[in-house]
Amino acid sequence: MAEALVFSRPAALESVITHYCPGCTHGIIHRLVAEVIDELGVRERTVGIAPVGCSVLAYNYFATDFHEASHGRAPAVATGIKRAHPELIVFTYQGDGDLASIGMAEIVHCANRGEKVTVVFVNNAIYGMTGGQMAPTTLPGQIATTCPLGRDVNLAGYPIRVAELISTLRTPAFVARTAVHTPLAAVQAKAILRRAFTYQKEGTCFSLVEVLSTCPTNWGMPPAEACQWLEEHMVPYYPLGVFKTPEGGDRAPRPLEGEEGPCRTT
Amino acid sequence: MAKKLMKGSEAIGEAAIQAGCRLFFGYPITPQNEIPEYMSHRLPQVGGTFVQAESEVAASNMLYGAAGSGARVFTSSSSPGISLMMEAISYMAGAELPAVIVNIMRAGPGLGGILPSQGDYFQATKGGGHGDYRLLVLAPWSVQEAADLVQDAFDLADFYRNPVMVLGDGLIGQMMEPVEFRTERVPCKPLPPKPWASTGWRGDRAKAIINSLFLDPEVLEQHNRNLKAKYDAMVRDEVRFATYGTERPYDVLVVAYGTVARVVSTAVDNLREEGVRVGLLRPITLFPFPYEAVRAAARRAKAVLVIELSCGQMAEDVQLAVAGSRPVHFHGRQGGMLVSPEETAEKVKEILKQTGKEARRG
Ligand SMILES: Cc1ncc(C[n+]2csc(CCOP(=O)(O)OP(=O)(O)O)c2C)c(N)n1
Ligand code: SF4
Repeated sequence: MAEALVFSRPAALESVITHYCPGCTHGIIHRLVAEVIDELGVRERTVGIAPVGCSVLAYNYFATDFHEASHGRAPAVATGIKRAHPELIVFTYQGDGDLASIGMAEIVHCANRGEKVTVVFVNNAIYGMTGGQMAPTTLPGQIATTCPLGRDVNLAGYPIRVAELISTLRTPAFVARTAVHTPLAAVQAKAILRRAFTYQKEGTCFSLVEVLSTCPTNWGMPPAEACQWLEEHMVPYYPLGVFKTPEGGDRAPRPLEGEEGPCRTT
Repeated sequence: MAKKLMKGSEAIGEAAIQAGCRLFFGYPITPQNEIPEYMSHRLPQVGGTFVQAESEVAASNMLYGAAGSGARVFTSSSSPGISLMMEAISYMAGAELPAVIVNIMRAGPGLGGILPSQGDYFQATKGGGHGDYRLLVLAPWSVQEAADLVQDAFDLADFYRNPVMVLGDGLIGQMMEPVEFRTERVPCKPLPPKPWASTGWRGDRAKAIINSLFLDPEVLEQHNRNLKAKYDAMVRDEVRFATYGTERPYDVLVVAYGTVARVVSTAVDNLREEGVRVGLLRPITLFPFPYEAVRAAARRAKAVLVIELSCGQMAEDVQLAVAGSRPVHFHGRQGGMLVSPEETAEKVKEILKQTGKEARRG
């Protein structure tokens, strides 16, 4: 029987050692994105944009042309590249501090203009690179170095659900939330990433895939426990699923009947 | 192409198109709204793209993206908007990306006012954004010169792989004057190919990485030194200035740039008619600043007068150039107030009186 190659490094990943902490799921997400780029046959016309955050060096890991953006601005940089070269496949890879805090304006408007780019949004509920400060996605009560007693929602508000927020925009888009803490979740995440990149390849719409990810280092727990923590704490607050497809139209408002309470004036 | 009567803002936009720019990213701000408005209707006619960004932060980062992928790109704004662009400008300088930024200055600080000013000289020429970098800064005094300098700005940006700023004021943007665009325009610098641009990696060149991050201090220091060598080359090769009335002997040398120099040139004519000996030196590049030219011209005068629409910013460069060899006086208007030829003449006469007294005392 001839030998069959069943596992190899995707061509879209460089053969280098990454700087990610042991057990960090950034690496899995890199691999899934690279596999999708390979499978769609777009590696030679793909340009990625690295954020400021733990994945700042992503340009060393992907075997495609890359830009390193300033903190939060990757969607604007992606807009510039895509508008200059509509034939390119352009994707950003951004953390939650990068995308949902300092870069909130850029992501909302990039999505709202319907830029035909793909956003890989890695939500690990913390600022990894700068040492574990509170992120806009840090869970209520979750301890971080700038909320040592746990996130107080009276002071910091509730964590922002990015997939939900972006999916309220009228402009057609593909928006989904996935995770990579179990093999099954990772397989599903890859299928969703493939859909997202396919929408771009076909010139259909903007796409954003939120990926729940672990940060064992700053969560202060071993990798396996971090995966379990993600399942128990993050998934209930950040439900997995597809939030918006380009085919699905506007969100209809609920009728107001029955809403008139003590404020009634008549 | 025949001469055409154009508003400064439109001439700036058309010049960019004539220079081959097909992408504009911007955000509205007075007094330069006519530039994005012009681009929004002209670019689609020539197969280009106009994007109204959500902010100047975004517009300038779009510039970073498009410039990094090899396109000729351009944005315009006015002072408060330019402040927001400082992040991307620093990144573009660090990543060595060519781009053209037009600043139609308005009075500040803060929200300030919407009338002409030259208050952003320091920001434009001394850094503005963080880190050790320089912009090439060009200052036009007429609509024709604005059109010419915008076209040159694209060539200079490509040649040096560096952002170039065209620094004008509200007058340049609003003024209407005849403009001519040369049909067979020859670039002012040789235009190198862009193998570094991110256009998709097919393995026929090194992977393109558009980046300003260098974590190894030795590598970053080398990068800083390479940038410095580039800025030194600009200082050596790109200094531009013009003189007015200095072919005849003069007692007072006025140094002014942009539209202020235009006003001063009228004052020079009027004063010469009265027999007052005065000349004008007008820096066209603010970085690199014409230190040598100012130094040499000052030596032929008894005193130097700097006039700006600011509290005295270029005046510091003039002082550096003159290095104490002649008294340097300053006259400025702020807040959107302009300098008149009469005001200039008065100031020159005052200085002459003063120098005369000093000479008698001495
Ligand atoms: C303008 C600016 N502000 C702050 C920083 C510092 N900084 C670097 S990374 C980072 C947070 C990144 O967190 P996140 O986006 O969640 O990514 P992660 O590191 O968790 O993958 C911050 C605040 C910076 N580099 N630039
Ligand atoms: S700090 Fe956290 S997010 Fe960053 S590499 Fe380490 S584990 Fe991953």
